[in-house]
Amino acid sequence: MTAATAVDERLAPTSLVRRLLGRPELGAVVGAVAVFVFFSIAAPTFLQASSLSTILYSASTIGIMAVPVAMLMIGGEFDLSAGVMVTTSALVSSMFSYQMTANVWVGVGVSLLVTLAIGFFNGFMLTRTKLPSFIITLGTFLMLTGLNLGFTKLISGTVSTKSIADMEGFPSARALFASKWEIGSVTLQITVLWWLALVAVATWILLRTRAGNWIFAVGGGADAARAVGVPVVKTRIGLYMGVALCAWISGQHILFSFDVVQSGEGVGNEFLYIIAAVIGGCLMTGGYGSAIGSAVGAFIFGMTSNGIVYAQWNPDWFKFFLGAMLLLATLLNAWVRKRAEASK
Amino acid sequence: MTTGKTTTVPQDAAAALVKLTGVSKHYGNIRALQDVSLEVSAGEITCVLGDNGAGKSTLIKIIAGLHRHDAGTFEVEGEETVLANPRAALDHGIATVYQDLAVVPLMPVWRNFFLGSEPTKGRGPLRRLDVEFMRRTTRAELLRMGIDLRDVDQPIGTLSGGERQCVAIARAVYFGAKVLVLDEPTAALGVKQSGVVLKYVAAARDAGLGVVLITHNPHHAYLVGDRFVLLKRGTMAGSHTRDSITLDELTRQMAGGSELDELSHELERVAESGTGVTDATARGAGRTGPADAAGEASRTTAPTRDDTTR
Repeated sequence: MTAATAVDERLAPTSLVRRLLGRPELGAVVGAVAVFVFFSIAAPTFLQASSLSTILYSASTIGIMAVPVAMLMIGGEFDLSAGVMVTTSALVSSMFSYQMTANVWVGVGVSLLVTLAIGFFNGFMLTRTKLPSFIITLGTFLMLTGLNLGFTKLISGTVSTKSIADMEGFPSARALFASKWEIGSVTLQITVLWWLALVAVATWILLRTRAGNWIFAVGGGADAARAVGVPVVKTRIGLYMGVALCAWISGQHILFSFDVVQSGEGVGNEFLYIIAAVIGGCLMTGGYGSAIGSAVGAFIFGMTSNGIVYAQWNPDWFKFFLGAMLLLATLLNAWVRKRAEASK
Repeated sequence: MTTGKTTTVPQDAAAALVKLTGVSKHYGNIRALQDVSLEVSAGEITCVLGDNGAGKSTLIKIIAGLHRHDAGTFEVEGEETVLANPRAALDHGIATVYQDLAVVPLMPVWRNFFLGSEPTKGRGPLRRLDVEFMRRTTRAELLRMGIDLRDVDQPIGTLSGGERQCVAIARAVYFGAKVLVLDEPTAALGVKQSGVVLKYVAAARDAGLGVVLITHNPHHAYLVGDRFVLLKRGTMAGSHTRDSITLDELTRQMAGGSELDELSHELERVAESGTGVTDATARGAGRTGPADAAGEASRTTAPTRDDTTR
């Protein structure tokens, strides 16, 4: 946040430390530094440039989804269907193009509409029924998991889609969703750019637009927000459609980088997104958090998942680390927030 | 409480800002409000008094546009209206400050101040909050109400209950409210904090607003009120102007006359076995009503209420 222009003279001594303490992503940054230092010592190959690009890539695949999930959590809701929605988006795109023998861009467009419709469905059901989002999106999660498998088997005869690599429009779609550039020994994936762009846009929306103000308000006190005229229903539906939009980006990346899509994928990823958002400082109860925090959370995920490999440990330990990290981050965030609020 | 009652001359304007005549409301077969009339003019405070369950909340919800009335008329500046939703009420210049849901605690003061009506600058994708204006205005408007905030960036949840009420009132005044509806603004506050809030209520009145003050405290009501509407079990138990009623009479009617006499007899008998209870009786009688007074007296040492209760 920019410093107030008309600074009150009583505010002058506010130290930088104190202002940093007030940021939601502080805990995550401290955690990220700790993880970085830890693996730098434990795994000698961790600091190589090629390792860094791998880490960034895996961080970006989670990070692209962690951004809208963090926004949704700031708005006070969950989306358990986010993980399989990515797969759904990829499947729809691939199978539509293949079955209709259309340009892949047609499939990409149809996929966008279908995915946004799923997001709308989540938001609409939530605001209409007033059931907890946990239940609504758990239902969507299960339904999508079933549909992904069922439809793919029905249409392709197997659990994965047919290759669409030789179809019209594939190269240009791949360029947009799955390019990579070799810069020296480093490979830069386009998902990293998508990710950074999304973080920037989300931060802009959250901190500098009316919609952002409404998102914080809906998560922090929906009744108060409604009473002062905030469009609570529209905000919530918009948040779910934001998750859907990013699921579409993510899904298209998977499709165009692997060419075929496994219909059973994506299950469990919704938790990774939530974990990244929570490590990044989002409150489970809503009304607090940041998009940048979710990016730091995703980066921690990338460092841990790859760091364990570089340290030549058994990757079975990864989930344990993730769980411990989640607990530590939440505790740290709670402590930091208390300090920040008490110091004011 | 230092602001003495300034002699407000009830304006002889043709129409009251808000006028309810014979308004009723049913929820299914439950009669929540029956034949209640109320009016408030510019620069005037109308107090609605009643015990818990008297229908105060229903009345406030009708005025705020959350519920529609079933019978009677609701006039805004002389024109009969049915408010569809809270937004419609706001568009008519009726702003409601609720007891507990006036603000979002985790958000900074300046974001809360403009919530729902944020000013923007720029166009298209660059359309953004006018943050500098929002911060500056919040500070200035609060200062005008006499609140000198150190930092408008602090979460509003860190302010005291009284300060939060005042922010909500300042917000309503800034956004051009003509009628301010206050739902029990002093209910959760201590004596000092209540005084501060009442001062801002008076300030809003002096700024030319019509104020509807919902309360169950006749002392607070009498300090600032011009008209008094008493509610009891969903019906109107009395409607008075300031000239036609004294504080004692108001307190008596509010607490339910004979019920109170009986209660004070009962409590006197209790008092024989302990000290300090008679004091509680006296104070309890002046306060909320039988239930509260009994609760107060059952403690042997009456706690001093000050602004530690936020």
